[in-house]
Amino acid sequence: MSTKNFLFVNRKAPYGTVYALEALEVVLISAAFEQNVSLAFIDDGVYQITKGQNSRETGMKNFSPTFRALGDYDITKLYVSTESLTERGLTVDDLMELTYEDADDDYAEKPSIILVNREEMAAMMAEQEVILSF
Amino acid sequence: MKYTILVNEGPYQHQSADTALQFARAALEKGHKIFRVFFYHDGVNNGTRLSVPPADDRLIQKSWSELAEKHGLDLVICIAAAQRRGLMDADEAKRQGLDANNIAPGFRISGLGQLVEGGTQSDRLVVFGD
Repeated sequence: MSTKNFLFVNRKAPYGTVYALEALEVVLISAAFEQNVSLAFIDDGVYQITKGQNSRETGMKNFSPTFRALGDYDITKLYVSTESLTERGLTVDDLMELTYEDADDDYAEKPSIILVNREEMAAMMAEQEVILSF
Repeated sequence: MKYTILVNEGPYQHQSADTALQFARAALEKGHKIFRVFFYHDGVNNGTRLSVPPADDRLIQKSWSELAEKHGLDLVICIAAAQRRGLMDADEAKRQGLDANNIAPGFRISGLGQLVEGGTQSDRLVVFGD
């Protein structure tokens, strides 16, 4: 299978619908098939990576720990919309500390979250070859 | 142009199942190729053969089957999403010890790798759904 730049755009809250959970399943499969994978978090999608999630009372599985495994799958670029955070009264401090070990820099631990404004998000999207929105 | 179509919504509940079908028809009429149609989320319900809408309504699942037969389309249903929602082909029903299967003609059940392959092998991957 050839390699392309895949972007997964997450726009929905983590619970309430199954979109976020099933999107994460495709993300992991794409990495397993050795694609160049990036994620974007826009609109209510930013809630997917907030820290301290507890879904016990909803009956839905809390799948947020899976985001911490993305670095091990070489998924190291998580673009978060600053406007979407601000509109919801959130800051980067409300997000999980998601990191990866940079093999090109003596396995130094580096942040995976990249804060971008709408213009930067659009520029990043223009570089992608396959965009899937959930 | 070579397309892969991703359908993320079930029939009747959401217009995007109809829109995906109409897009597929229009693309084929214009002479484009469709590498694959992949059904995910509730989109897997486009592939049940046990749907019986009222007589004066469209039968979306049958339209997919007919389009697939006419144009040799590859209609792939995600196995994980299908199992969550009770869609089974005969082999899987047997494996799970279930007494029925419900996949419409022209559809097959496979993994998400088929969607990733669709992305790598097509000029455009078009997503239908919210």
